Amino acid sequence: MPPADKVDRIVIERQIMLPWRQSLHMCKQSVFVRLGRSVITAAGIFLGVTFLTSVLTSTAILRGQQALDPSVAARNVWLVVMSLMVATVGIVNSMLMSVTERYKEIGTMKCLGALDKFVVRLFLIESFMLGTLGSAAGALVGSGAMALLYLSRWGTAAFANMGPALVIAGAPISLFWAVIMAIVLGGLLSVIAALYPAWRAAKMPPAAALRSEI
Amino acid sequence: MATGVKEYIVRTKGLTKEFVLGGTVLKALDGVDLDIRWGEYISIMGPSGSGKSTLFNMIGGLDKPTHGSVFIDETDMAQLDAAELAFLRCRRIGYIFQTFNLIPVMTALENVTLPMIFAGTSTDDAMDKGMKLLEKVGLAHRYHHKPTELSGGQQQRVAIARAFANDPGIILADEPTGNLDLKTGQEIISLLKQLNTEQGVTVISATHDLKMLDVSDRVVWIRDGKIERVEERAQLDIQVGQMEGEKA
Repeated sequence: MPPADKVDRIVIERQIMLPWRQSLHMCKQSVFVRLGRSVITAAGIFLGVTFLTSVLTSTAILRGQQALDPSVAARNVWLVVMSLMVATVGIVNSMLMSVTERYKEIGTMKCLGALDKFVVRLFLIESFMLGTLGSAAGALVGSGAMALLYLSRWGTAAFANMGPALVIAGAPISLFWAVIMAIVLGGLLSVIAALYPAWRAAKMPPAAALRSEI
Repeated sequence: MATGVKEYIVRTKGLTKEFVLGGTVLKALDGVDLDIRWGEYISIMGPSGSGKSTLFNMIGGLDKPTHGSVFIDETDMAQLDAAELAFLRCRRIGYIFQTFNLIPVMTALENVTLPMIFAGTSTDDAMDKGMKLLEKVGLAHRYHHKPTELSGGQQQRVAIARAFANDPGIILADEPTGNLDLKTGQEIISLLKQLNTEQGVTVISATHDLKMLDVSDRVVWIRDGKIERVEERAQLDIQVGQMEGEKA
């Protein structure tokens, strides 16, 4: 029986689809119509990246002015790692909450014919959007605030000779690229944080999802 | 059945559903055998906790039975994998719920066209068909409004339009008038009956609203997970102010 059976199943799978354009449109709606809720969900990653980029900016400026104390640099690394861990826990919690709030919506979509992977896809796109936007905003605020601080202290001479913001395995990384990496990292962490909640929600039988009182 | 004329669209055999609640086993359905004919308007009636919502979930493929089977158009639902079930829900069955269950961030038109997107309809065709469906339920002028901007009756109309999006053969309605006032409820019931007679769609509705009795071809009375009796339209006898089976 296998060959004919397999063909039927593939045909049926292709008959249920969610084009990427639609997915993006739906996620955009989700994020911007519920703006308040989205801001709260993204707040964790925003704060984490703000702190990260502010440390990167001040490191770059101080290095350039030969004013960076090695012990301070080491402590900064520790602070940044800790702040990223806190931000990650925050994102996981926000994502879990965000998914749980929408169990009924997920159940409804499955009644309309959505496959499990569509549900996961929609949540991952949404969390990537939120994470990247939150990180970009955080990068702006973090490096901007630090730049203003040093500007007020030393004038434009502060930016004259900027050292590397980061030194990874002996390779120096300029502030610009370090900030880009921070934004990408923020987006990635958000997607990873949403993986388990989204997968678990997608696997629920529709009856259970629809019974949600939230 | 031997003549090739399709008679039954849904059949259940020995359908049983047990829930384990902290050590005790609750039998929501206990051996239900039900045959539903093509194109009929059938109501499943019973008091709260009688198992009608559970039966609704079984027929609609929203949950799996503990024992027994459900056949939709001679196909055993238990044999279907996730993709086939999704296909069934997308193209063959339309759902209507007591709490409307519209997607809150999408407009009325977007809600109605969502099943069409899953079915692969092009955006233009979907929009056209969506507007026609909204016209049919009398809400074409509110197509750009979100569910929060619509009244309960209007939301339920959008939900009905959505249920008909992919021209299903079966409409499953779980307490469609539960959250609506008397007049609006009556309008919704009339709309469902109208669509049933016009399009020959089988309507299966789980309800404890007596207004449904007027429009049903058959009524299944369910109590404590078992079918008490099945009545044809001609036999229905409504006692005003009291539902048979419930103590006043």
